[in-house]
Amino acid sequence: MPRSDAPLLAASSISKRFGGLAALAGVSVAVRRGEIFGLIGPNGAGKTTLFNVLTGLYRPDAGEFTFDGARLTGMKPYQVAVCGIARTFQNIRLFANMSALENVMVGRHARTHTGVLGAVLRDAATRAEEAAIAGRAYALLDYVGIAARAAEPAYSLSYGDQRRLEIARALATEPRLLALDEPAAGMNATERAELARLLERIRGDGMTLLLIEHDVRLVMGLCDRVAVLDYGRKIAEGAPAQVQRDPAVIEAYLGGALA
Amino acid sequence: MSGAIRDPRLRWAAVFAAAVVLIALPFAVDAVLGRAWVRIIDVALLFILLGLGLNIVVGYAGLLDLGYIAFFAVGAYSYALLASPQFGLHGSFVVVLPLAALVAAAFGVLLGAPTLKLRGDYLAIVTLGFGEIIRICLNNLNRPVNITNGPQGITLIDPLAIGDIALNKTYTIAGFTVAPVHSYYFVFLACAAASIFISLRLEDSRIGRAWIAIREDELAAGSMGINTRNVKLLAFAMGATFGGLAGGLFASFQGFVSPESFTLLDSIMVLCMVVLGGMGNVGGVVLGAALLTALPEALRYAGPLQKQWLGDVYIDPSDLRMLLFGLALVLMMLFRPAGLWPSTLRRREFAGGEDAHAAQ
Ligand SMILES: Nc1ncnc2c1ncn2[C@@H]1O[C@H](COP(=O)(O)OP(=O)(O)OP(=O)(O)O)[C@@H](O)[C@H]1O
Ligand SMILES: [Mg+2]
Repeated sequence: MPRSDAPLLAASSISKRFGGLAALAGVSVAVRRGEIFGLIGPNGAGKTTLFNVLTGLYRPDAGEFTFDGARLTGMKPYQVAVCGIARTFQNIRLFANMSALENVMVGRHARTHTGVLGAVLRDAATRAEEAAIAGRAYALLDYVGIAARAAEPAYSLSYGDQRRLEIARALATEPRLLALDEPAAGMNATERAELARLLERIRGDGMTLLLIEHDVRLVMGLCDRVAVLDYGRKIAEGAPAQVQRDPAVIEAYLGGALA
Repeated sequence: MSGAIRDPRLRWAAVFAAAVVLIALPFAVDAVLGRAWVRIIDVALLFILLGLGLNIVVGYAGLLDLGYIAFFAVGAYSYALLASPQFGLHGSFVVVLPLAALVAAAFGVLLGAPTLKLRGDYLAIVTLGFGEIIRICLNNLNRPVNITNGPQGITLIDPLAIGDIALNKTYTIAGFTVAPVHSYYFVFLACAAASIFISLRLEDSRIGRAWIAIREDELAAGSMGINTRNVKLLAFAMGATFGGLAGGLFASFQGFVSPESFTLLDSIMVLCMVVLGGMGNVGGVVLGAALLTALPEALRYAGPLQKQWLGDVYIDPSDLRMLLFGLALVLMMLFRPAGLWPSTLRRREFAGGEDAHAAQ
């Protein structure tokens, strides 16, 4: 039994190279249960790459990570999802032509069981499972505030709604860690404020969140702790206010701005 | 589809009317157009089976398979080898037909497995190669041990039969002459109906959603907990099962199989039925299969008609067929790119394509 004060996600010395470029060079992070952990850094710092490693899309060249005490390094994306890490994508990746509801229903795949025979015979158990899938999917759309869009194809939703839909779809997999890659990108100020409330609510309902975000105000207001990446290295970690004053962080952002 | 008629009494009346039409169809066609057309309908039903099988792979899962006819071949040869004088085996169709479908499914997995990491053009080329490999194997597996009888093919294949009642004989029932084309019609109709039913049920299920999700975005599907490898292999296996069953039926119907029935052109023909009719939509695929089987046959009349009206045959009917076929394809792509009867999903894709890109 893993201790409940042990970190939910612990990544140690993760390295990932693309050709000559060290996208990640020995990054370690630990995300505690129930917190919102922010991951920030200038463009190209390696934030998305770290997400891709943690969700099984990339295999790290070195280092490993554990989730709730279990070693997940080298697992396939679907196995990571089954273990309880769900994610959204920086460049929204919905099932564009499926309806919003169907998108979330797909998220129930790993937690349901109907096979070919059940699907063809559509027995009582299958019907009950289908109803439960649809019911849960609808409830999640309602939870993120887009139930009215349930029947519309995903591509036709507004940018903000698409990002919410991605969150609903990720939640449908029943994760214990929700990893969000720039969920506020492309949103206006009102939408950002609503998103912040939604994320607070998700955390309030017992979820742990790992959040990549460029919007400093959002990160400072929302996150319990943040880690700062720059050129594939972690240059700072701690409470938002403390990190904000860190000379290395100021340097990284200013350097980025001047370059 | 069945949701269109709400009143249950009306719905039963519609089902009853459809049943009467479908039962009367082969006899009516026989009386009006002649027996050749009953045979054409039989072939169309087999193509519906093939089209729906390929639709699972291409339409639902989005895996472009250019060698699909290989599974038709595997099913046909499985039946032929187990129910003909070739090895002196004469298994009952009750066993041999499911076995043919099962062997085809195994080939589906076997050919699917190495292609799992491929998509689009690359997948198409590799599956095309697999289709040809199967045909060439069938063509050459007569030496050093004669298995397939090479290019000569296998003859005297057993018809579907229970006891003394064989479907390749003509019977007279209540004054009706029931020829083999009529009896096979009912068997093929039952199989096509079953394949339609299975396709519709699968499409609207956890499995169907997983296939479509993979077609839409394989990477996202994996990240949402779908074991994309298994789900894709399942699509290959299901598609191949339909193809194998069609192959077994074809072998029993023809009484003869040879490798030349299973060329690349046949794969492309089935793909055209799926694409023209409406990829991903069961109704569209049925329509595509029926049209593309019947139209070329109808054009055979073009020769005699030219002679009658113009005094001579100016355009050879077979040339005309290819010409019109090409023209139909071009017109389709221009005016109904999602197919004659597209699925909601495909319609959205073509209608919404521009919005979707504008949003990027
Ligand atoms: N698949 C890949 N192949 C090659 N290089 C890559 C790949 N993915 C990322 N990189 C490179 O790795 C570096 C880190 O990229 P990453 O996407 O992780 O940055 P990021 O911190 O998410 O930046 P942004 O804020 O712009 O999203 C960049 O230089 C990027 O070009
Ligand atoms: Mg990024």
